[in-house]
Amino acid sequence: MARIGVFVCHCGENISATVDCGKVKDAIGDLKHVAFSTEYKYMCSDPGQTLIKDAIKEHNLTGVVVSACSPRMHEPTFRKACAEGGLNPYLCEMANLREHCSWVHDKNELTTEKAIDIVRTQVEKVKLNSSLQPIRVPVTKTSLVIGGGIAGIQSALDIANTGHKVVMVERSPSIGGHMSQLSETFPTLDCSQCILTPRMVEVAQHPNITLYTYAEVESVEGFIGNFKVKIRKKAKSLDEKACTGCGLCTTKCPQKKIPNEFEQGMGMRPAIYVPFPQAVPNRPVIDREHCTYYIKGKCKICEIVCPTKAIRFDQPDEILELEIGAIVVATGFDIKHADFFPEYGYGKYKDVIDGLQFERLASASGPTAGVIKRPSDGEIPKNIVFIACAGSRDPAKGIAYCSKICCMYTAKHAMLYKHKVHEGKAHVFYMDIRSGGKNYDEFVRRAIEEDYVNYIRGRVSTVYERDGKLIVKGVDTLLGAQPVEIVADMVVLATAGVANSGAEDLAQKLHVSYDSHKFFAEAHPKLKPVETNTAGIFLAGACQNPKDIPDAVSQASGAAVKVAALFSQSELTREPLVAVVNRMAPPLYSTCVACGMCKPVCPYQAIELEEFKNREGKVVKKAAKINEGLCQGCGTCVAICRSKSIDLYGYSNDQVYAEVVALLNEY
Amino acid sequence: MPEYLKKPVNKSSYMKIGIYPGCSLTGSSRDYNESVFALAEAFNIELVQIPDWNCCGATAAHNLNKDLSLALPARILALAEKHGLDEIVVPCAACYSRLVVTQNELKKDPELKNRISEVIEMDYRGTSRISNVIEWIDKYIIPELDGKIVNQFNHKVACYYGCLLVRPNKVLNYDRAEDPQTMDIVMSKLGASPVDYPYKTECCGAGFSVSRTDIVSKLSGKIIEDAEHRGAEAIVVACPMCHSNLDMRRSDINKYWKTEYKIPVIFVTQAIGLAIGLPAKKVGLKRHFVEVKIS
Repeated sequence: MARIGVFVCHCGENISATVDCGKVKDAIGDLKHVAFSTEYKYMCSDPGQTLIKDAIKEHNLTGVVVSACSPRMHEPTFRKACAEGGLNPYLCEMANLREHCSWVHDKNELTTEKAIDIVRTQVEKVKLNSSLQPIRVPVTKTSLVIGGGIAGIQSALDIANTGHKVVMVERSPSIGGHMSQLSETFPTLDCSQCILTPRMVEVAQHPNITLYTYAEVESVEGFIGNFKVKIRKKAKSLDEKACTGCGLCTTKCPQKKIPNEFEQGMGMRPAIYVPFPQAVPNRPVIDREHCTYYIKGKCKICEIVCPTKAIRFDQPDEILELEIGAIVVATGFDIKHADFFPEYGYGKYKDVIDGLQFERLASASGPTAGVIKRPSDGEIPKNIVFIACAGSRDPAKGIAYCSKICCMYTAKHAMLYKHKVHEGKAHVFYMDIRSGGKNYDEFVRRAIEEDYVNYIRGRVSTVYERDGKLIVKGVDTLLGAQPVEIVADMVVLATAGVANSGAEDLAQKLHVSYDSHKFFAEAHPKLKPVETNTAGIFLAGACQNPKDIPDAVSQASGAAVKVAALFSQSELTREPLVAVVNRMAPPLYSTCVACGMCKPVCPYQAIELEEFKNREGKVVKKAAKINEGLCQGCGTCVAICRSKSIDLYGYSNDQVYAEVVALLNEY
Repeated sequence: MPEYLKKPVNKSSYMKIGIYPGCSLTGSSRDYNESVFALAEAFNIELVQIPDWNCCGATAAHNLNKDLSLALPARILALAEKHGLDEIVVPCAACYSRLVVTQNELKKDPELKNRISEVIEMDYRGTSRISNVIEWIDKYIIPELDGKIVNQFNHKVACYYGCLLVRPNKVLNYDRAEDPQTMDIVMSKLGASPVDYPYKTECCGAGFSVSRTDIVSKLSGKIIEDAEHRGAEAIVVACPMCHSNLDMRRSDINKYWKTEYKIPVIFVTQAIGLAIGLPAKKVGLKRHFVEVKIS
């Protein structure tokens, strides 16, 4: 005889403002098999949980329904409370009165009636719940870090230093990411390469880190602690062991007119190339798309000049299969380029450049060796205009968010320009100056007060070329919306930070959520900023949203701690809410007829056919079998099974049917 | 090639298309009207004036009364539907804008559509396809241009679109709002070289043509100055309002800026007419205030 306890939570006023919780409690209390029913302001609080624990003992409850928020929020809390009260945790169910009722309806009779209906369904369901035991699975103590920018580097080093293995995958030929392209960093103006390259070398030399550059994640299967990851090592057309990195091939390659990605198209590179002098690993790759040999079938000059015969033209891509316990996604970001801006000429003016291009111009290792020369004719610009919020905070352009880093790097750019071109004039058009951060606002004030950068609060409507000069038309909103026209030699757009190319594709491979801008989504915006909604996959850096270096590094260390915590356990426990094929004594074995329909529909490849043999070893019966380590409890196999031989623990056909019947029946 | 230029081309040789002239084409911009009809004749297209057409409301109606500003164009469109004109060309950019905006508003709001139908006491379905003059050229003239060009239009030109041809972009869904291209492409096909012209969509002063000629002089003067500066031999337009501000008000402009700008302002249809060898008079070139010396 079931004895169900019902606990109605007010959630402060979140539920009680629209639902009459007292009425819900009374109505449910009258139901058959409900032994106890009560209400409380905060059921998740310590006194609330004690209320549940005490009631279980006092009323000898066989099931509990907590009528509160979404189970995504507090199901673990209340299941734990039940376990502490002596009840199997899977005999506890939640009725979602907040998201499904009080938040979406107005205060009236009908809302309360709906709340009662929701609780009734769970009362009917919990009567049919059975005691379940969590599944224990082993943990593979190797982590995968996707992306070799500063966030990935920090995560990999932190995990490796806890003594666990790390595999780092980077799709370009070198690690380093965007940070390796930067000239100086705010707010200290120290050289980006100088603080980054030692870290890059550390990654390459760390005994616990295996580095795969020019490689991409091909597929991800499995679950927390037990991922199976396939990695495609793109052919570098090179025997990395034989290559000494002498660089002779890169200097002799006759194809030299390929826009250099590292220089943001402001310099050229050969077809066999090392992206930049401090690259890790410092070994070239052949860009097969542009290599004369792959296009025309002739050339092979690199092969001829190579002193160690390391070139391998017929090298195939290699697929590696790895067992991985946890994944850190650190794939970074990209920026919009000048061609995104019709009002600034769709990128047709050579001297309208983006922020990353300016970084390369200002960088000592850049195409101009750190001299600020404009791309069109190599002249040093006397008048330079920086446009902040190019694309960001502009819903008309589809980017409503603030890109966060631009205010600071624009101040840095203007400052670097003034430090290099003393007689030059720097103007910054801005909407607001967002310089929240340690020593950040002081840095911006320095640009304005000590380096005399002319800050103009207003937007720029258009940039066009006339007589070799760029005419920048804008408005000064602090001078009563007065039009401003500046005749500039160069314009730098602080373009919006956007999700990196391939982010959506990767998110789908990993089964993690992403937002409408294709940035990876965190599990909770405040309390789980490092986790994704897929257990065992964590986020680091600007793949989540644009971030500066300190933020990216902090989050990367956070992700590393999450991985280390996971690896500190020898076994993981999993929810036992998995599908099961019924089994019975011979000669029946199971009602399953081995039609195999469930096998192809399973998204997790968790189903196989099992054979039953008699004493002579003859196969007498076949039936489906579910690997509970792989099963995610989605229920697709239950729906397709023609003989109703599969059921789902925790969501059995009988339980779901009982919920539906409860709704159909008047009470 | 931009998406908006990839519209299917109708190859059949004889076409019957409705035309809504509006007030300017029968008055101050008769030259525009003449050139449109001359082109239609040369390319075997029959242009049928929508019978009993009325004012589109222009800039006045939508400042005073929303229902009126929708009812006036709705009546024009309903008349076109009644007379079986599925496709109408609207050479005036202001009329074009009013007609498309009305069609869009009434499509969004069925209740409003019913109310406006009652106001105009006519059935309104909103099925007509409305083209501006460049879309019309693109669809019917350009594909037939092969072999017809007798005088390559070898001139540097500044294509001036004005505001109403491409805005509001979300409603018109025609060309790009900043730095539009369609007229430049048409002119290139005639042999012209369009200059990189940042004043393409800057304001000419529009309706202030009558009440505040000083404002028109100031704004239109900048448009002309930049075109001259870039070495253009003509400004090409597709809007009667732009034309009258840049052409008819030229003496005011020159007085205001103390200049002697002589650059002619021609309609895109006139340029095509000249290229296919129509006489200057037939395409209305003799009616301009600023003498057109190019041919």
